[in-house]
Amino acid sequence: MTQAAEPAIAVDQLVKVYRTTRAVDGISFALEPGSVTGLLGGNGAGKTTTIAMIMGLVTPTSGTVNVLGAAMPRQRYQVLHKMNFESPYIDMPHRLTVRQNLKVFGRLYAVEDLNGRIAALAQELDLTGFLDRPTGKLSAGQKTRVALAKALINSPQVLLLDEPTASLDPDTADWVRGHLERFREERGATVLLASHNMSEVERLCERVIIMKRGRIEDDDTPQRLLIRYGRETLEEVFLDVVRGRGEAREAAQ
Amino acid sequence: MTAHSTSAVTLAPHRVGAMVLRYLYLLRSSWTRLVELIYWPAVQLFVWGFLQLYIAQNSGFFARATGVFIAAVLMWDVLFRGQLGFSVSFLEEMWSRNLSNLMISPLRPIEFVCALMIMSIVRLAIGMVPVTFLAIAFFGFNVYSLGFALAAFFLNLILTSWAVGIVVSGVLLRNGMGAESLAWTLMFVLMPLTCVYYPVSVLPDWLQVIAWALPPTYVFEGMRALVMEQVFRADLMVEAFALNAIYLAAAVIAFLALLNSSRRSGSLLQTGE
Repeated sequence: MTQAAEPAIAVDQLVKVYRTTRAVDGISFALEPGSVTGLLGGNGAGKTTTIAMIMGLVTPTSGTVNVLGAAMPRQRYQVLHKMNFESPYIDMPHRLTVRQNLKVFGRLYAVEDLNGRIAALAQELDLTGFLDRPTGKLSAGQKTRVALAKALINSPQVLLLDEPTASLDPDTADWVRGHLERFREERGATVLLASHNMSEVERLCERVIIMKRGRIEDDDTPQRLLIRYGRETLEEVFLDVVRGRGEAREAAQ
Repeated sequence: MTAHSTSAVTLAPHRVGAMVLRYLYLLRSSWTRLVELIYWPAVQLFVWGFLQLYIAQNSGFFARATGVFIAAVLMWDVLFRGQLGFSVSFLEEMWSRNLSNLMISPLRPIEFVCALMIMSIVRLAIGMVPVTFLAIAFFGFNVYSLGFALAAFFLNLILTSWAVGIVVSGVLLRNGMGAESLAWTLMFVLMPLTCVYYPVSVLPDWLQVIAWALPPTYVFEGMRALVMEQVFRADLMVEAFALNAIYLAAAVIAFLALLNSSRRSGSLLQTGE
């Protein structure tokens, strides 16, 4: 009998209350190493708070989060060097050039052969043409690629992404998705992806967790969700869940 | 120690160095930031230097106290600019919305604080060293002639400035940019209380008790004793150092408590207003 691998991320009965708001309400899930999971939900569903608790940026009110076996946030320094995060809502210093920013973060993560790693990322993410330009003077698409380079600088085992293709044109967004697919295949990293883009989730994720008002409303593979909800696309499934049609259908059945 | 020590209290030079490098890149990229570092200390020096010249021409007492105002303004700038150097470097992370990137990196809070302390000295040196030479050129006051005493004054003032800078940074973490004005104004509360330009004996008795609870008061009293009476008061420096040790420890504890509170309140996610 083979022993099941320890989950890369294990969330158990996780609750976060901000004063009177229950942002996350008793959610539990476990992500297998090397899996890509989509975290879906409308605005205020609790996705960002959940990711923040996984990173140790927010302390849970109750419940537990374990990342690569370390309890977050208490044991975060055991694993932070093996994790990384990308979000369009977090910037990098604008006046520093792309190369300077990558050097600073590479040193923070103690990346070996940093110049070689930056050169490789520049090649892979097509940054070579603007490596020595100030980060603040780049286009939205270029900034996203730089943020992705920062998130991949330490070749993380766990990669957390918060709407990685928000505000990108379709071509650049497609390019970013392609790169994420390649990274996952080559590195075998565990990826948790919060997104509003259903086609992105369908393409990248083998599992989808749908949140609503801080709770997990559904959790399955994209294919099984489509069959269970009798829908053609994940977007229709998502709308069914967030508008409560799923519950109505189940009640009718 | 490995590059990836798992302890929260680890001090890894490569991570401190990474943060110092980040601030040096920033200073190098912005000549306005460099000019600003020298501008205000130079203005202060000329205002107080010329005032001292004027008073000295009309008062026998101040004629004997050559340099006391200039020394006071230079010392005050060490205190004020030292704290600003610390707090502004921290504010740069909030202005650039980079704080979350740092907080999810392996950077420990104590390493962040060490980098800010180093930058406080770097920024202070850029601003103050040229001004000390201006003091020699325009007013004939050589602050370096104070020798060992200058080192004792500087050490005590920079320790106080760090203690204030650490608390201000913690409050910014917890309360966001709404607390930014604290970084620019908090130190001015100490200006009348620490008796920068006058002796402690001028204060009412009850205020003297508060003044003597503040380490810079000992430095400014010691500076006046040295410049006016040529007496180095080592006892004052030791007392100031003891108080600074207490305040610095309390500031670090307060910073860590405010950081933990930020994690609980979720304010690390929202570092805007």
